[in-house]
Amino acid sequence: MMLDKRMTPAEIVGQLKDGMTIGIGGWGPRRKPMALVREILRSDLKDLTVVAYGGADVGMLCAAGKVRKLVFAFVSLDAIPLEPWFRKSREAGQIEVLELDEGMFQWGLKAAAFGLPFLPTRVGLGTDLATLGGLKTVQSPYADGEVLIAMPALKLDAALLHVNRSDWRGNVHIFGPDAYYDEWFARAAAKTYVSCEELVDRMEDHYADQAQHNIVERAFISGVTHLPCGAHPSSMPPAYGWDMKAFKAYTDAAKDPGDWNAVKDRFVGASEADYLATFGGKEAVAALPLPIF
Amino acid sequence: MSDVTLAELCIFACSEAFRGNGEIVATGVGPVPRLAASLAKLTHAPELMMTDGEAYLVEQPVPLGPRGYDDRKAAGYLPFSRFFDAAVWSGRRHAMVTPTQIDRFGQINLSQLGGTHRQPKTQMLGVRGFPGNTIYHPNSFFFPSHTTRVFVGGDVDMVSGVGYNPAKRVPGGNYSAVDLRRIVTNLCVMDFGGPDHAVRVISLHPGVTFAQVQEATGFELIDAVAGETALPDAEALEIVARLDPHGIRASVIKDNPPARRTA
Repeated sequence: MMLDKRMTPAEIVGQLKDGMTIGIGGWGPRRKPMALVREILRSDLKDLTVVAYGGADVGMLCAAGKVRKLVFAFVSLDAIPLEPWFRKSREAGQIEVLELDEGMFQWGLKAAAFGLPFLPTRVGLGTDLATLGGLKTVQSPYADGEVLIAMPALKLDAALLHVNRSDWRGNVHIFGPDAYYDEWFARAAAKTYVSCEELVDRMEDHYADQAQHNIVERAFISGVTHLPCGAHPSSMPPAYGWDMKAFKAYTDAAKDPGDWNAVKDRFVGASEADYLATFGGKEAVAALPLPIF
Repeated sequence: MSDVTLAELCIFACSEAFRGNGEIVATGVGPVPRLAASLAKLTHAPELMMTDGEAYLVEQPVPLGPRGYDDRKAAGYLPFSRFFDAAVWSGRRHAMVTPTQIDRFGQINLSQLGGTHRQPKTQMLGVRGFPGNTIYHPNSFFFPSHTTRVFVGGDVDMVSGVGYNPAKRVPGGNYSAVDLRRIVTNLCVMDFGGPDHAVRVISLHPGVTFAQVQEATGFELIDAVAGETALPDAEALEIVARLDPHGIRASVIKDNPPARRTA
């Protein structure tokens, strides 16, 4: 018998509960599991704590009122530096936040992955982060006696990732120049669900020579779903780049009309097929050029 | 050299910050700092390491703006997934960035303006990597618009990066790597070389007076002006033009003025 972790997007979101802490992989406007985020936006889920190197995933969840608390170091669309819907939400005082440095953030995921209550770091000392975030210090028990910030574990109830390829058992492959901290989101989470551009039955029968792209072990993967173009409008190298036109429209909509309910059909859609049709279908997404930095 | 722009003068001045840094990662965020780091590598500091702006280490700095996706020549690999281990937390990096605010202690803010942390009046990017950068490796700054809104009186609204403020230092912490190097603006070059790391003006751009700089700054500056900021030479201008084929540097400083300010 073979492990089969295939699920529908609705089944994945059905595993999530109100009040859960959800980690979202990717980085800013890059390789975000947007189709799974859209599935959350089509659901009744609420009161989430979202942990992310944020882009439009965070902006949309904030705009839709799904977020009770956000753990973040930045929220940005790169070429559009300030994420418009996140900004709106923050300036209205709608969300609780834990603001962290980018490095502390991954340190907190690692603490969770290793089952530790915290990991020590110098990062945060001398800034407002510790006071604002209620972060405590620890003292080295050795001769140096150094005082350090105790970065608490960022334990996740679930993590969502979008990967280039997976098999039914959750052997994932990630391509593109950077895997960011996806492997640590997976190891920090009780359950990790991945969407993928390509789904195969047995990885070894098709791509045995590409196992170095398996950035995290399948023991950490609980569910797999096939969602081509599932990162749109974020980038998914080498398959497609980000859709700056779509980001621009999404940004403009935060000003006019400025009401998420009035525009959510366009940016979320009733289904993934509807959504992709709005942006020209799979062919249009596949043609999006890779971003130049 | 009458056609040298102020942006080009700033790029040249910023590139000096990377002189003698050794074999470290030079990161310039934004067109002027990035061109400056690239210029340094192609002239006086070939030992510098730098990325293509994404994930690969390059020995030939990549130009700004649209280009072929695969035209970078990768010599090494430094993705975000290795960045803290290899560059930031090892101290092997010098970043030049443009925060929204900076104060007399060199504390910087990129996160929010006004209001409270729960409800800021203006939400910006978030602290990004500033807390880690500033406690682990050297940092310099470039500001295209030197005003009292940037160089604030009092403390910055949210301390996103470590400065030399004794009141912010938790006793027992290790601050030995806090190393703020240079501030280059559209008016002058400054450093933190005064008593207790007070900010000093060390050169004025052509046609700018110390009084004008002080007027545009919310805290008291030390006059340590040794002369006029040097104009870029022909070689530097040629390299900058090659690294910025689309002329993005012309959009950095309002109205793209010439290097010499006229009254």
